[in-house]
Amino acid sequence: MTTVPVRRHNHVRRLASDRVFDGVLYTIAAILTLTALYPMYFIIIASISDPSLVAQGKILLLPRGVTLEGYEHLASMKNLWVGYGNTILYTIAGTAIMLVVNIPVAYALSRRDLVGRRWFTLFFVFPMFFGGGLIPTFIIINNWFHLLDTFTVMVLPFSVIAYYIIVARTFFQSSLPAELWDAAQIDGCGNLRYFFTIVLPLSKAIISVIALWAAVGHWNSYFNALIYLRTADRYPLQLVMRNILINNEVVSNAMTGSAAAELNRKANLIKYGAIVVSSLPIMCMYPFVQKYFNQGVMIGALKG
Amino acid sequence: MPGDRSAGRSLWLRIRRNGGLYLLMIPAMIIFICFTYLPMYGIVIAFKNFKPARGILGSEWAGLRYFKKYFSSYMFSNTIRNTLVISIYTILVTFPLPILIALMCNQMYAKRFKKFFQVSTYLPHFISTVVMCGMIVLFLSPSSGVIPKLLGYIGVQTGDLMGKASAFSSIYVWTEAWQHVGWDSIMYIAALSAVDPQLYEAAVVDGANKWQKMRSIDIPLLMPTAVVLFILRAGSVMSVGFEKVYLLQNDLNISASEIISTYVYKMGLKSNQYSYSAAIGLFNNVVNFILLLSVNFIAGKMGDTSLF
Repeated sequence: MTTVPVRRHNHVRRLASDRVFDGVLYTIAAILTLTALYPMYFIIIASISDPSLVAQGKILLLPRGVTLEGYEHLASMKNLWVGYGNTILYTIAGTAIMLVVNIPVAYALSRRDLVGRRWFTLFFVFPMFFGGGLIPTFIIINNWFHLLDTFTVMVLPFSVIAYYIIVARTFFQSSLPAELWDAAQIDGCGNLRYFFTIVLPLSKAIISVIALWAAVGHWNSYFNALIYLRTADRYPLQLVMRNILINNEVVSNAMTGSAAAELNRKANLIKYGAIVVSSLPIMCMYPFVQKYFNQGVMIGALKG
Repeated sequence: MPGDRSAGRSLWLRIRRNGGLYLLMIPAMIIFICFTYLPMYGIVIAFKNFKPARGILGSEWAGLRYFKKYFSSYMFSNTIRNTLVISIYTILVTFPLPILIALMCNQMYAKRFKKFFQVSTYLPHFISTVVMCGMIVLFLSPSSGVIPKLLGYIGVQTGDLMGKASAFSSIYVWTEAWQHVGWDSIMYIAALSAVDPQLYEAAVVDGANKWQKMRSIDIPLLMPTAVVLFILRAGSVMSVGFEKVYLLQNDLNISASEIISTYVYKMGLKSNQYSYSAAIGLFNNVVNFILLLSVNFIAGKMGDTSLF
């Protein structure tokens, strides 16, 4: 007897004004979805279509004059693949270092019985608001530590990220009950053993969030490489991409005459292909891990 | 036994009991001291005539010479104006849009469509700055770009947009919006998911339609979050990221695209005027810091939403 009215109640009577509202809402949402996706879709079809048709604006919805010339040329570009390899190394090493340095600090700062907690927190948070700036940092790294143009400079000096520490600290505070530490202490478990054998296994969620953020950050960054690297063999993918996309090196490195003209024709095709190739790993990974990214932002939103 | 000694001893005991926690912080502290706090000491070169061969300590003092040089150069007003224009324009566009998107998301009851909408509006956030700028240059190219072609179909002639100084800030801001607005809405969506469903039910009983529910439940609920985020943004109004502006700069648009951070880079690392560049950077940092402290102070006055 009781279920019928409840059902009817849930099936909220739709007001006429709501129907208009929904119509407008879904139309705008559809336009926004298309606006977000179309440029990326266009890159893909432009990377396999006849470049002269693309230049004339005739490729808009479907690829035409399908060609893999762009990708064939990319396959022969040694610097692109060297950059790819470098970026993979920087990303793996850099992400590992970030986890190793930031997660333990976050845990220590999450403990209310840490003597001097406020001062340590200030120590790690203050540089978010004030820093030495580009040139003093460059001089210290170059003249004092002699790290210019090394592998180390790409993975170590900027590995402490206050924001990661704050997010992870908030997570530890809200998800590890204080009773757990009390119980462990009674059993004679020290801080370090507690951290490594109990805290870390319980914190896979936050570790994956930080690891993903760090990995995407390393994959996409070019600033440190621009400032601190000098040898082309050490360039990460993004710096190679800058040379291809912004500095037009595809064309300017080529010989003159018909070969140059041919390359000129293909230049944009190569650029579209390079965008696809360089963004592929993140875009492929994204649907599977986007849940974690969202979680991370939500944890960060809880003010710690 | 004197009280302070026993207090000192119990403090020492509390520190010793948690000795492991201090060990956990050591690696990060060493890295931070070397590469973040030492550069803060390096700021003194802004007041010196820094010569790499003589080092930071050995270089002669120059007082405020380099600050005066910047304040009296024509690049002073130029870089500050460009920084402020780009920054304020960015806030005006990219601050309200995520709120609108979150409000829309919250009203969508078609689950799968909503999911698809969210995933696709978040996606551009993961494109790297370099690729983003490459896309902008390719899409806007007057000879082969897709945007001038599309606009051409509806009769709008654009010319070379990347070469127009007047178009620079709009290009920067709207592409920024395209890339990050969806992602920035997550925070607001999280805030909205905390709404008590009873509020909506009560509103329905009172005969409210969706528009009225949004206006009188969702929007007031988002205000505190919005105020905090707005204050944060206002505090960084004098800092525009180097990466994207630097990549979009060219000789034709430089009068609108030279901002403080790109000027610091060029003076310091391209023309090796270390002290001059450090002085500009320090001036910028101090202004940012003061702005942040003042907006935080204002926020504290307005309610309990201060940051520290």
